[in-house]
Amino acid sequence: MAWDRNQMAARAAQELQDGWYVNLGIGIPTLVSNYIPDGIEVTLQSENGMLGMGPFPTEDEIDPDLINAGKQTITELPQTAYFDSAESFAMIRGGKIAMAILGAMEVAENGDLANWMIPGKLVKGMGGAMDLVAGVGRVVVVMDHTNKHGVSKLLKECTLPLTGKGVVDRIITNLGVLDVVKGGLKVVELAPDVTQDQIESATEATLV
Amino acid sequence: MKKIYASAAEALDGLLKDGMFIAAGGFGLCGIPELLLNAIRDAGTKDLTFASNNAGVDDFGIGILLQTKQVKKMMSSYVGENAEFMRQYLSGELELEFNPQGTLAERMRAGGAGIPGFYTKTGVGTVIAEGKEHKDFDGETYILERGIIADLSIIKAWKADETGNLIFRKTARNFNVPAGKCGKICVAEVEEIVPVGSLDPDMIHMPGIYVHRIIQGDHEKRIEQRTIREA
Repeated sequence: MAWDRNQMAARAAQELQDGWYVNLGIGIPTLVSNYIPDGIEVTLQSENGMLGMGPFPTEDEIDPDLINAGKQTITELPQTAYFDSAESFAMIRGGKIAMAILGAMEVAENGDLANWMIPGKLVKGMGGAMDLVAGVGRVVVVMDHTNKHGVSKLLKECTLPLTGKGVVDRIITNLGVLDVVKGGLKVVELAPDVTQDQIESATEATLV
Repeated sequence: MKKIYASAAEALDGLLKDGMFIAAGGFGLCGIPELLLNAIRDAGTKDLTFASNNAGVDDFGIGILLQTKQVKKMMSSYVGENAEFMRQYLSGELELEFNPQGTLAERMRAGGAGIPGFYTKTGVGTVIAEGKEHKDFDGETYILERGIIADLSIIKAWKADETGNLIFRKTARNFNVPAGKCGKICVAEVEEIVPVGSLDPDMIHMPGIYVHRIIQGDHEKRIEQRTIREA
């Protein structure tokens, strides 16, 4: 059985290492914080200017001056530090963030990532995604393996405008875990009861 | 040297001009200079270019200046929450220059720090890099981004002393610091103006040298995504 959203997030949480500073994107990546393994201490960065992001607030704790990069209300922790946006991206660009876990529309077999724009349709913007993928130590994408029409989101080449070129290290989908390696993507793990044939037929990108 | 003004309209008196370039602080609706934006709407200043991470929502933040068609161009990283913005952009009424969020913040910081340009890896190989100088350093490719110098900065802080030393609160600091530093003149709205000497000099987030005019006022502080957990 393929992984659901929460299981994908739980699998992504296994990528975390003790002591890391990490940035979680919007959507499934946000759920990763619910599955941080015991004994692992990670500090979550929110690129709007915070290290040490806490859980969502209770009704009484809501503070309009305290939001995450998805503009959701959140809380602080005892070790929290706040800073401005230039400082925030200095630590991102400067390679201080060990890993970013992001959603995507398309990933190509050479690690190209597209997750910010559909030409003529949807104009939202890249936010901090281009800075993150260019600056952090490791980029892990969490996304469905195919779109709602059943078409592979793991492609030979991205068709949408890129967020970054050759930036993705690992992809966690509902079907399994794939690494970007020389010559294409390598399946390193299958979701329970998913077969190699199944993942191959759902993947346009070259599997090596 | 009096920096304190009675209202947003008075603080902006003599500063607004059609076609001017304004840098605005805030992230989403958090920490936006809402009183100064209202005053710019009331002043009717037109053909404005804004460097601002976001464009507000339809009826709050920069969104109110889109409703009145006062904005010619936005320099932003994310504009997803604003239907009127999308309509004006897709119909060609509004110019939009997307900047990666960190590049926008650093362009402001650099402009305010007297740095006309800097090289960054952000955006290499994407549409953002088109037409920009590329240069290799230590085997990696970077693109040249320019510092921003705005005609006017409008920002929102938590507290100011009478000389304009500012303290921000939690994640409402965001773009207010870099946006505030890149303007030829900076107007700050705050929740409270306190007497000189009552802020700890070691805890000042933005020294008053960057801040030319200050107003105190009541803020709505609207929440964009009210997300809660069960108690």
